[in-house]
Amino acid sequence: MSDRLSVLKTYKLYVGGKFPRSESGRVYEVTDHKGKWLANAPQSSRKDARDAVVAARKAFGAWSGATAYNRGQVLYRVAEMLEGRKSQFVHEVADAEGVSKSKAAVVVEATIDRWVWYAGWTDKIAQVIGGANPVAGPYFNLSSPEPTGVVAVLAPQESSFLGLVSVLAPVIATGNTAVVVASEKSPLPALSLGEVLATSDVPGGTVNILSGRTAEIATPLAAHQDVNAIDLAGADEALAKELEIAAADNLKRVLRPQPVDDWTATPGLDRMTAFLETKTVWHPTGSLGASGSSY
Amino acid sequence: MSNEKRSSAFEYAPAPESRSIVDIAPSYGLFIDGEFTEAADGKVFKTVSPSTEEVLSEVAQAGAEDVDRAVKAARRAFEKWSALPGSERAKYLFRIARIIQERSRELAVLETLDNGKPIKEARDADLPLVAAHFFYYAGWADKLDHAGFGPDPRPLGVAGQVIPWNFPLLMLAWKIAPALATGNTVVLKPAETTPLSALFFADICRQAGLPKGVVNILPGYGDTGAALVAHPDVDKVAFTGSTAVGKEIARTVAGTRKKVTLELGGKGANIVFDDAPIDQAVEGIVNGIFFNQGQVCCAGSRLLVQESVHDELLESLKRRLSTLRLGDPLDKNTDIGAINSEEQLARITSLVERGEAEGAERWSAACELPSSGYWFAPTLFTNVTQAHTVARDEIFGPVLSVLTFRTPDEAVAKANNTPYGLSAGIWTEKGSRILAVANRLRAGVVWSNTFNKFDPTSPFGGYKESGFGREGGRHGLEAYLDV
Repeated sequence: MSDRLSVLKTYKLYVGGKFPRSESGRVYEVTDHKGKWLANAPQSSRKDARDAVVAARKAFGAWSGATAYNRGQVLYRVAEMLEGRKSQFVHEVADAEGVSKSKAAVVVEATIDRWVWYAGWTDKIAQVIGGANPVAGPYFNLSSPEPTGVVAVLAPQESSFLGLVSVLAPVIATGNTAVVVASEKSPLPALSLGEVLATSDVPGGTVNILSGRTAEIATPLAAHQDVNAIDLAGADEALAKELEIAAADNLKRVLRPQPVDDWTATPGLDRMTAFLETKTVWHPTGSLGASGSSY
Repeated sequence: MSNEKRSSAFEYAPAPESRSIVDIAPSYGLFIDGEFTEAADGKVFKTVSPSTEEVLSEVAQAGAEDVDRAVKAARRAFEKWSALPGSERAKYLFRIARIIQERSRELAVLETLDNGKPIKEARDADLPLVAAHFFYYAGWADKLDHAGFGPDPRPLGVAGQVIPWNFPLLMLAWKIAPALATGNTVVLKPAETTPLSALFFADICRQAGLPKGVVNILPGYGDTGAALVAHPDVDKVAFTGSTAVGKEIARTVAGTRKKVTLELGGKGANIVFDDAPIDQAVEGIVNGIFFNQGQVCCAGSRLLVQESVHDELLESLKRRLSTLRLGDPLDKNTDIGAINSEEQLARITSLVERGEAEGAERWSAACELPSSGYWFAPTLFTNVTQAHTVARDEIFGPVLSVLTFRTPDEAVAKANNTPYGLSAGIWTEKGSRILAVANRLRAGVVWSNTFNKFDPTSPFGGYKESGFGREGGRHGLEAYLDV
């Protein structure tokens, strides 16, 4: 080991493709599982939450309007960037979750593979859950999934990186934009993920990452009239109930917290379908008349 | 307001459907555990025919104690019902579908009497769709493994369902058919102004030999529905009705394991481009807002017309509206029936008055309104801006607000400028424009060059504050499965 003094990083939020500090100027101390100081993370305010929603809304048109193939390529690019910065994330996950470097490496690899899994879904989900409906009449009728809009994501508190990506990737794979509240105790892998997204062709504002007190940030997000849905994965029972009540005010789609024993298990479609709408388009088919049967 | 009476080339002689085909009892009980029973507190309410204000029957009014009894019955029935092979559940539903077809004329007349809708609509739209819905979901009962929700998807348990008065039996079918097909049991609350067809459905369940407790019917008011939604042993809540009540339900179930689907209000935009065939568009507009007296959550209540064809379209539209026949809902010629209740009529009237007070220009078709019953003449507003109440609030009546646009972008922006997102219509001959506009509309159902089409295979439901979840099609199964 060299005795060179390392260069520490100031961790910042990721909002609208930029890296601001909290507008409140507040930070809070992040430690490893043994209590050793790791960083001062921004402690986001409700103003930061609202700014993040504005950025996510602004990004929604372009991201949801991008072709599914294009979104898939962008998400795959995220996996490529992560692969190159693997050692940094192994380090952060080991510190955050109190696991050995080798265990952390397994987690980080599973996380990268999760991005790849969802990257492949972008241009397949519509065929799996949408399709033509055989209506009883002369009509063409097609149901297609569409993204719900701006989704607030409360990342899991314990699984600071694999859990985070497992809830974020399905939201943006289908064309939603996201405001993510990182694990309160272990926000550093999430904040570093922002740096990866910024260099992965993900348009600014598509993903916005906030650190701080989950309840403080989540409350204005759950009540925000321009947020369409909320994933409560990172909320405890009492907070989840409170947020679900607030979310009813504009009928947000709510994904309640569910116990996850093993984040490495292959996910199903649920986290994608929770934030999809189904649009059904009708059109008369017309008729060629009796001569149509002559071939 | 124009009162010019246009003369018709043809005068129509009355062609009343016979009401003797339906035998309405003077009183009905709650249907719990396969039996008709009185309410625990003995409460009853009257249901009237909105076209005559005649009392049709006196119906037991379920209270919290009855809700508990019905939920317990449904819970007891759940174990056996959910364990039945899907093919057996399917056959019960096929039986129900067939019995509805057999009794469809009777049910159509009943629906018209209790709801006030024209017999033509009850007979040709409601009833065929009701039977088709049961027939469609019957076929799913033994194919759930292949529905895309993983192998052996499980039912949720007891479903508490609350339905509105605009399509009483059809909404019952939308709720009960998928619930039973997937192995749930149900407690259903019909609307207080239209309880009768649901009670007749209870008799159909008897004829079909459906095991007791699988379907329970609890007539009552909003408090009955609230007690059902809040009951701790209900696993699934399905509601069709107003957005305000939908939000209250979402708050009630917060923090529970109850799965919820909500089908709520709308303020559908019907967009007419300058190249649309005017006559077809006019028919579509009329169908969009005057079908069922406009008491339709997916009604095309905002007409967005391209400025260059505004005058021509409005002239055709007014001419067409003047030919609509308003009157006795049992008359087979009738186009516009009665408003469902005095309360709803008051709401429509007050919103229309507000429209006039805010400066929109009102035009109503000149037609004679019957002296008894609840009626409202087909009405439209021109010079409407997006700020006007009549352009923002769901009126749920035969009232159309007309706005204009110049470019497709403006049409889309105006169409989406609402907290609702249930339906929309597009009228243009240009295929690429249909697809581009449909793609950008934030609405669950988009009708292009048609309007108000429904089918059991076609998922229906809203974006934004029009609710969540879909009814109909494969998508409709998800609402009743633990997936």
